[in-house]
Amino acid sequence: MSDAPFYFAQFLTGLASASSLFLVASGLSLIFGVTRIVNFAHGSFYMLGAFTAYSLVNALPSGIFGFWSSVFLSALLVGLIGAMFEFVVLRRIYRAPELFQLVATFALVLIIQDAALWIWGAEDLLGPRAPGLDGAIEIFGERIPEYDLALIVAGPAVLLAVWLFLHRSRWGTLIRAATEDREMAGALGVNQSLLFTAVFFLGSFLAGLGGALQVPREAASLLMDLNVIAEAFVVVVIGGMGSIVGAFLAAVLVAELNAFGILVLPKITIVLAFIVMAVVLIVRPWGLLGKPQAGQHGAGEPEQPLRPLAGLPLVAALIVVAALVLAPAIAGDFMLVLLTDFLVAALFAASLHFIMGPGGMISFGHAVFFGLGAYGAALLVKFAGAGMIVALAVAPLCAAAAGVVVGWFCVRLSGVYLAMLTLAVAQIVWSIAFQWQDVTGGDDGIVGVWPAQWAASKAAYYYVALVLCLGGIWLLHRFTHAPFGYGLRAGRDSSLRAESIGINVHAHQWMAFVIAGGLAGVAGSVFVFSKGSIFPDELAIPRSVDGLIMVLLGGIKMLFGPIAGAAAFTFLEDIVTRLSYWRAIFGGLILLIVLAAPDGVAGGFARLTTRWRGKALQAKP
Amino acid sequence: MTRFVSLRLISLCVAVLAASAAAVVAEPIKIGEINSYTRLPAFTEPYRKGWQMALEEINAAGGVNGRKLDVIARDDAGKPGNAVKIAEELVSNDKVSLLFGTFFSHIGLAVADFAKQRKVLFVASEPLSDAIVWSKGNRYTFRLRPSTHMQAAMLAAEAAKLPATKWATIAPNYAYGKDAVKEFKAELKKLKPDVEFIEEQWPTLFKIDAGATVRALERAKPEAIYNVTFGGDLAKFVREGSLRGLFENRTVVSLLTGEPEYLLPLKGEVPVGWIVTGYPWQFIEDEVHRKFVDAYKAKFSEDPKMGSLVGYNSMLAIAAIVKKAGGTDTEAMLKAASGLTFDSPSGPITFRVADQQSTMGAWVGKTGLKDGSGVMTDWRYANGADYLPSAEEVKKLRPAN
Repeated sequence: MSDAPFYFAQFLTGLASASSLFLVASGLSLIFGVTRIVNFAHGSFYMLGAFTAYSLVNALPSGIFGFWSSVFLSALLVGLIGAMFEFVVLRRIYRAPELFQLVATFALVLIIQDAALWIWGAEDLLGPRAPGLDGAIEIFGERIPEYDLALIVAGPAVLLAVWLFLHRSRWGTLIRAATEDREMAGALGVNQSLLFTAVFFLGSFLAGLGGALQVPREAASLLMDLNVIAEAFVVVVIGGMGSIVGAFLAAVLVAELNAFGILVLPKITIVLAFIVMAVVLIVRPWGLLGKPQAGQHGAGEPEQPLRPLAGLPLVAALIVVAALVLAPAIAGDFMLVLLTDFLVAALFAASLHFIMGPGGMISFGHAVFFGLGAYGAALLVKFAGAGMIVALAVAPLCAAAAGVVVGWFCVRLSGVYLAMLTLAVAQIVWSIAFQWQDVTGGDDGIVGVWPAQWAASKAAYYYVALVLCLGGIWLLHRFTHAPFGYGLRAGRDSSLRAESIGINVHAHQWMAFVIAGGLAGVAGSVFVFSKGSIFPDELAIPRSVDGLIMVLLGGIKMLFGPIAGAAAFTFLEDIVTRLSYWRAIFGGLILLIVLAAPDGVAGGFARLTTRWRGKALQAKP
Repeated sequence: MTRFVSLRLISLCVAVLAASAAAVVAEPIKIGEINSYTRLPAFTEPYRKGWQMALEEINAAGGVNGRKLDVIARDDAGKPGNAVKIAEELVSNDKVSLLFGTFFSHIGLAVADFAKQRKVLFVASEPLSDAIVWSKGNRYTFRLRPSTHMQAAMLAAEAAKLPATKWATIAPNYAYGKDAVKEFKAELKKLKPDVEFIEEQWPTLFKIDAGATVRALERAKPEAIYNVTFGGDLAKFVREGSLRGLFENRTVVSLLTGEPEYLLPLKGEVPVGWIVTGYPWQFIEDEVHRKFVDAYKAKFSEDPKMGSLVGYNSMLAIAAIVKKAGGTDTEAMLKAASGLTFDSPSGPITFRVADQQSTMGAWVGKTGLKDGSGVMTDWRYANGADYLPSAEEVKKLRPAN
């Protein structure tokens, strides 16, 4: 008996998974292509699609008609929700700095999580199988589920429909024009607002459709959103952002590699997609079918030049530092723990801001440096019997060394592709920490990494954290205002001009990665001694996203932005998690901040003080 | 200067408090509780209801040693760092006398290590990891729920009775899945040396590529399958597996699948005849258990789940510890807890002296269908004590401390 039928059937199984993956990714790709919004909430729309389809299937009369109309209706509903979100929230913040909109989508993720919990309850909901497609047929003696075959058809059918829409309709032409060059399309009189709403509708519709079509395959659950979002981004990036055909090819590639990979190496699925993405990005920096991103014609206000701290801001900064130094005199033990958390978060966010703000490079995987610093310290203590001081001194060097390697690859890319490569690296390192049980303890982590005797009291360790974290922040501030920092910013603002006056832009960016990596490593090693344990979670996506939100929420254009963001994030989170449905509240608060201060907390604060000063000046005769 | 003032203030407060304490006597005993309520509500909400019900019953009966119990419950959002921060707040701000809770094994380990560092008693209610009581065990941590090893050993005992010798395994690729497979293999080999494990699949947790995985298992043509997947992964595995005939003429042995949390979401598609550990609450006739079920249904108008029982027993365990210790001094409570036996709806439970693991057991039986939803049939209660290694062996597993 030959193995060919088996492999053919395995191929078909892979194709069915590819179709599911493509449906989610296509909408995400469309939305990004036109609006340049990194939509974290796309997975949430997918989850909503599955839940509404579950409810509708049970409400409508059973049968083929009932099933397919509930699939269509739920996609429509989700599309409308997406359009409404664009209309109510995103529309107000398009002029905010690049990527700021992702903070709003992050808030939406939190809100939808609690809304779904409230509406549908905590339990997984298993819907019925698709009527008429609930069996399996034999192909060359191998059983293939009928619904898999339906999906294999549905994927390309949706691809064709979207392709025809984009290439054969007026709306499609406008969308493609906007994908190519948004400002030019606007200048030619295309109504951008309407276009963006339409694209959001279509993208969310596709996400909802993808979710609804999963009902016969899996239970609708509250974990669907976060489970699908990373994979969807990976597919979009491998295919080339904005390219629907590319997304399809990428989905097939990832799904087939998965289907055959598990025959050889079952554990590989945990990281396979990210490895593929890293390889593709290194070989083809814009994905399979993507094009170099058109130069942004400077959305929003031009960036103000940075000024060294002097005058009133310097006094304010000194007051904050003095307050932090004096805090142990009045604060209780827990307040000190919370302040230590804040210091760690502030240095982590400041180091991320260093590459994102002055460096102009986005990172979705900054947790890799944080985690390596933390793991480095923990491993030094566990295996080399190092003391706390040695661990705190050496561990950041591991993170900086990682910065050397990661930076070398990353500075060759730009924009979201660079960000996704950092994400891939972080995921690969995460999977190593997760799998390598003998060394890292796997997901059982490393425990028992507590401060040395002299620093065991909360106040003593707080001072250790204070010195290291404030020192790190000061160092970053120093670098930003040194000639190196000017060179870095020159490269960000115009790499061509910077190159032509003799600045080696890549070398500057590379160094920035090393510096930011090392200092994130400091934050990580301070973190591990404050918690006593380390788990792969600290290398994972949520840690990177937290950092990103702090930087963006704080205001990317201001040097004290990440610190304000870290403070807002740490203290708000600590307060709201005491409440029930705190995720919705937290999300709502973030949305409020986003709408009130599209330039971040620090930016909004600066605007307020300028206005106040302006008024004071006017008041003078 | 400020410190001086605040110290004086504190000592004043302490004096006032001491005076009022003398006057009122029955100051409640504060207990800290941490769990992943938002991350995994399907598992942690029934648990919360369980301990809340026990708490109300205990307080209605006058509390423990004349003092009421007061539980401060917090959500760790599924992050170990958060859990440690909250533990710190509960201990230093809220001045709780002990901690309990946690669901995820890694969070359980983080809090257990915190307990060791801060010298607080921690009753780990739900985490299954063997490391909590063995390789990373410490004298401050007691674990209630039957561990991975115990449940795997219960299933191995049943699996050894089967004629099957060629086995395949499928488990989520993380510590719990790996431990569950390792323990099952070791126990089954001990009982039946001629078994072979011919295929293993390790889908990523909650991201199973079910079709491809099922086909890979099918290709190996095993005689029996050992399954550790759960939640959404299990639903997908069952659907794809039955469509592709994976379960035809094969015995499946499946960890935890008989617990209502895992069984109910499968609705009418529960595969019949799988050998599982679980909780057949509908059929347990024991009087204490009946009372628990009736009270639970009356209070929450829903059926109890495994988590409900674990939560309920956790609270009973804590009340028993505090009662025996005669107060909330940590050393006294540790001494009281070690070897303590208390009554519960699961029958008498003992915290073993050797490893501080409780002997709470699980029910072993087969899956079945009744009125379109999953139940357990042919079940028996497996006492945890029978599936734990001897004190001698534990000595080798546990670090000396």
